[in-house]
Amino acid sequence: MGSHTITSRTPGVFYHRPSPDAEPYVTEGASVAEGDTVGLVEVMKTFHEVKADAAGTVAKFLVENEDEVTIGQDLVELET
Amino acid sequence: MSLSSVLIANRGEIALRVVRACRELGIRSVAVYSDADAQAAHVRMADDAVHVGKSSASKSYLNEDAILEAARASGVDAVHPGYGFLSERPSFAAAVEEAGLTFVGPPSSVIATMGDKASARALARRAGVPVVPGSDEVASVEDALAAAEEVGYPVLVKASAGGGGRGIRPAASADELRTVVAEAQREAASAFGSDKVYLERALQGPKHVEVQVLADTHGGVVHCFERECSLQRRRQKILEEAPAPGLDPSVRASLCAAAVDLAREVGYVGAGTVEFLVEGSGDEGEFFFIEMNTRIQVEHPITEAVTGLDLVAEQLRVAGGAPLSVTQDDVVCRGASIEFRVNAEDPDQDFLPSPGEVTRLELPGGPGVRVDTALMAGDVVPPFYDSLVAKLAVWAPTREQALARGRRALAEYRVEGLPTTIGLHRRLLDHPAVVDGTYDITTLETWLAG
Repeated sequence: MGSHTITSRTPGVFYHRPSPDAEPYVTEGASVAEGDTVGLVEVMKTFHEVKADAAGTVAKFLVENEDEVTIGQDLVELET
Repeated sequence: MSLSSVLIANRGEIALRVVRACRELGIRSVAVYSDADAQAAHVRMADDAVHVGKSSASKSYLNEDAILEAARASGVDAVHPGYGFLSERPSFAAAVEEAGLTFVGPPSSVIATMGDKASARALARRAGVPVVPGSDEVASVEDALAAAEEVGYPVLVKASAGGGGRGIRPAASADELRTVVAEAQREAASAFGSDKVYLERALQGPKHVEVQVLADTHGGVVHCFERECSLQRRRQKILEEAPAPGLDPSVRASLCAAAVDLAREVGYVGAGTVEFLVEGSGDEGEFFFIEMNTRIQVEHPITEAVTGLDLVAEQLRVAGGAPLSVTQDDVVCRGASIEFRVNAEDPDQDFLPSPGEVTRLELPGGPGVRVDTALMAGDVVPPFYDSLVAKLAVWAPTREQALARGRRALAEYRVEGLPTTIGLHRRLLDHPAVVDGTYDITTLETWLAG
């Protein structure tokens, strides 16, 4: 079993959920397909979905909800 | 009782603008800043600065408690909200009032009335100001279908609590409307906390024309003529000009008078903008009220250029209890002015926001050129806030000369380190509809798609 890390394509603020009252996109232990949305990054008042660029199981979130992230920062670790 | 010190609850170029007005009036300015803005230009230029929180806007510039605490701690007697952030939040203006401080803007009750689209429309009707044909709030799909028969298709379904172009959906027929109303109600409930929606006629190829007003606490209300703001992408303005080219003088006079009537009716105080859509041309032109922005506007410099007024200084004087420095007869529109918004966005990548560091900067200058910028060499544009980083405004005796001056100034403007909209403006000034001033609110998006 390998692992894969999803990184941020832009700097900004990371969110686990589509809106403050919504359920998280995914939780630890969930399985995701390539292209599934796993989070959201807000940059300059616009929102960009973070897509899984591999299939696997969510092993760990590497950032908290509302954390500030930089471009290329590790966001989610997948077991593939 | 003129103001002696003002907290500026904002950042970027508008915070700098307020610092400058304060300094000229002998008022102490206090900036606020987030983690990301510790070294920012508005902090460097203000007399004092107070840290209000982490970088994310919700934890700093949108944090009402932190901003109020900064105001108390710094001993100011007023708070200037700038535009965006807390500027049109009635709860914030009310909290400032309750803290015994002066809010540089209208009373919180006026912000609340004009911030709710339905109550703003009702007020416009009372003032005798034409509104876009539309309905009251509709509670169900059946209500919406009945209302649409009165309003006439195509219609727009709008969220009562929406704004900035958000929460608006078009429907060309009854069939479309059935789906759209339900979607719009769901979206409005989650985005704005209220599922109230209403219908409005979708006008064909209208122009967005807005009127600047100023009002004091002694009953003085003046208009400062209009701005043409139709060049928009996703309902965000990119280039504005004053006066509106091609606007018939009789339509202009009625439009400006309507804005004054509206401001009087609501009991307005300070600087505000009444936005209209104008459909048709010449003296056949018809105008309809859309909304009022109860704050200083991004594009205020072009009005300052054609009238010679200092709108931010007027705001501060009025907030200190003084009458306006001018009567209506003193306000004259002279020449033509154009503003170009410089956004940290990449027009070649669908306007992807592009934060980063400015490695090299050359600003335009010379006659008739004004740059309001928070972007200086070595500065970092953080990813947390609006992408507007600077505004270039030119003035000249005629519109033709203003276009030439705009081309010249844009050619001088160089920003390296991150993409901006400067190149887009250079190309836009060659667009035939921009050159002859016949563009409408569909022109920019059509051109970008082509």
